[in-house]
Amino acid sequence: MAEPLLRLAGITRRFGATLALDGLSLEVRPGEFLALLGGSGSGKSTLLRIVAGFEAADAGQVLLQGRDITALPPHARPVSMVFQSYALFPHLSVFDNVAYGLRREGVARAEIARRVAEALALVGLAGLERRRPGQLSGGQRQRVALVRSLVKRPPLLLLDEPLAALDAGLRERTGLELRALQRATGAGFVMVTHDQGEALALADRVAVLEAGRLAQLDTPQALYERPATRHVAAFLGAANILEGRVEPDGRVACAAGCHLRPAAPAGPPGTLAAFALRPERIRLLATGAPPAENGILARVKDLAYRGDGWMAVAALPGGGEWRVALPAGAAPPAPGAAVALAWAAESLAPLAA
Amino acid sequence: MRRWLLLPPFLWLLLLVAAPVAILAVIAVSEGSAGVPPFRPPLSLAEGWQGTLEPLRLLLADVFYLDAFLRSLLVAFATAALCLALAYPMALGIAASPARWQMPLAALVLLPFWTGFLPRLGAWIGLLRDGGWVNRLLQGAGLTAGPLPLLYTDAAMLVGMVHAYLPFAVLPLATVLLRRDRAVEEAAADLGATPWVVFRSVTLPLSLPGALAAFLLVFIPAAGEFVIPELLGPPEAMLVGRALWVEFFQNRDWPLAAALALALLLVLILPICLFQRLEDAGEARGSGPS
Repeated sequence: MAEPLLRLAGITRRFGATLALDGLSLEVRPGEFLALLGGSGSGKSTLLRIVAGFEAADAGQVLLQGRDITALPPHARPVSMVFQSYALFPHLSVFDNVAYGLRREGVARAEIARRVAEALALVGLAGLERRRPGQLSGGQRQRVALVRSLVKRPPLLLLDEPLAALDAGLRERTGLELRALQRATGAGFVMVTHDQGEALALADRVAVLEAGRLAQLDTPQALYERPATRHVAAFLGAANILEGRVEPDGRVACAAGCHLRPAAPAGPPGTLAAFALRPERIRLLATGAPPAENGILARVKDLAYRGDGWMAVAALPGGGEWRVALPAGAAPPAPGAAVALAWAAESLAPLAA
Repeated sequence: MRRWLLLPPFLWLLLLVAAPVAILAVIAVSEGSAGVPPFRPPLSLAEGWQGTLEPLRLLLADVFYLDAFLRSLLVAFATAALCLALAYPMALGIAASPARWQMPLAALVLLPFWTGFLPRLGAWIGLLRDGGWVNRLLQGAGLTAGPLPLLYTDAAMLVGMVHAYLPFAVLPLATVLLRRDRAVEEAAADLGATPWVVFRSVTLPLSLPGALAAFLLVFIPAAGEFVIPELLGPPEAMLVGRALWVEFFQNRDWPLAAALALALLLVLILPICLFQRLEDAGEARGSGPS
């Protein structure tokens, strides 16, 4: 396997008594789009700022293409960052904003003019060279911030919530443009986001951070289908968590009031096991009786129309509630009705904790 | 309702700005007289127009007043420039210090205001006069044989002016530097700018409005300053403030003094208007690829 583009080894950062990053290690592959996903306080922004050099790690190493850059100041690091607020230079024109990094490198004037024009054309901003940032729309500003960093052709681009300041309508399109730009430049992208949809849609791999630790690092599909921890399962797509004790016959007696038969043995009898079950993996049976395994009789407590279907909240005999996604085609059950639910053994994703 | 809310500031301007200027303008076109007040109203019901443009003519004709104006502007410029040069690092230091130190440091800048203006000048006289501390120290250290003429020089005057006006320069600069967006500076560093280049290309240009405010806040009062040059400056140097004082109180030539005051007002308002224009134009225009 090729040398990783970025290697973080045992990064620890304390702010007073709180531990923002707790010995975190991860690798970014060359040309990869990695999303750092987590809630507020998960340490994802601190991690990005440590890679950029704005924060110093209390312990650990940052290696870029095999070179230790832990002690380098921001201006000496070949990485570049797109700020959440964009942080454009308000007193400089669009042209001078984009040319700023090239001028610091001492690139020749003609070359600067050529590369800036090329970069602006790439994101459809040709003709706006003389505008000031204050005279641009939010989307235009975001693109100026993006090409201001990309024009330096950094091997690794850091993006801090790059879409958060945009309107909802603009966010999806800009996100796809962002990924197309990443593919075109071949640069590694590390994007911090708290939006799981954004992370799943854009990234090659997603690193889920929880309380300064790496909870799981995997492809979006694997992350969604096979969440490793309760936290990841709940954070991505709000999965239902099923818990129970393993019985001698290998089944799991679920606290909700049913028997689970996972695809692989859950562990020795008597131990506790937990699984994630996606709302859209639960089927509504036409017959009134659920199967003896991987099925349950529940009562519809609430029903919400989602456009592409219904989201039902099902109350379980053993207490607790599950979210069940129903496709739009079928007629939804009436609230209060008893429904038989079933799922495939493969849909039960075992959880570590 | 809103119209009435605007009334107090307008009344304020009318009473304290417009009215005094109007009175000055009336006096400036009056004939001087030996009575009290020492001028004849330029317009009376019985005699009609009695005014004269003689004070204004004298002001323009006598190079003495032109010299006083130029010298005053030069002194004000030097004071403002020196204050700016001292205030900028101070304001940067305040902005860069931990949050809990910022207010105490700003209060320290204002500390000189807690003692009277004249005692402060008296202290400078005590320090700078022939038998003063500075000269005693120099002689004691064997650096000079006799006392150096420090007091009643341009340098002494500038020291006093800068000391008196420095807080006016520090506070607007500190405000601008405290409010600045650090992310913009981080972006510059991220793009390869060393700390010095970040300061030169981002921090400094973005703080120029504060620097301009600081400069004007010192320059304007310094141009009309009377007391400091009188107490610390060279006796032969005639500044506008001093000329005004002499005409009003020694020569009792109120029309000429009023004309001088109006001229000073004009001279100070013009550069402000010009700066305002330049700033508006700079805001509207984007700089091109160069």
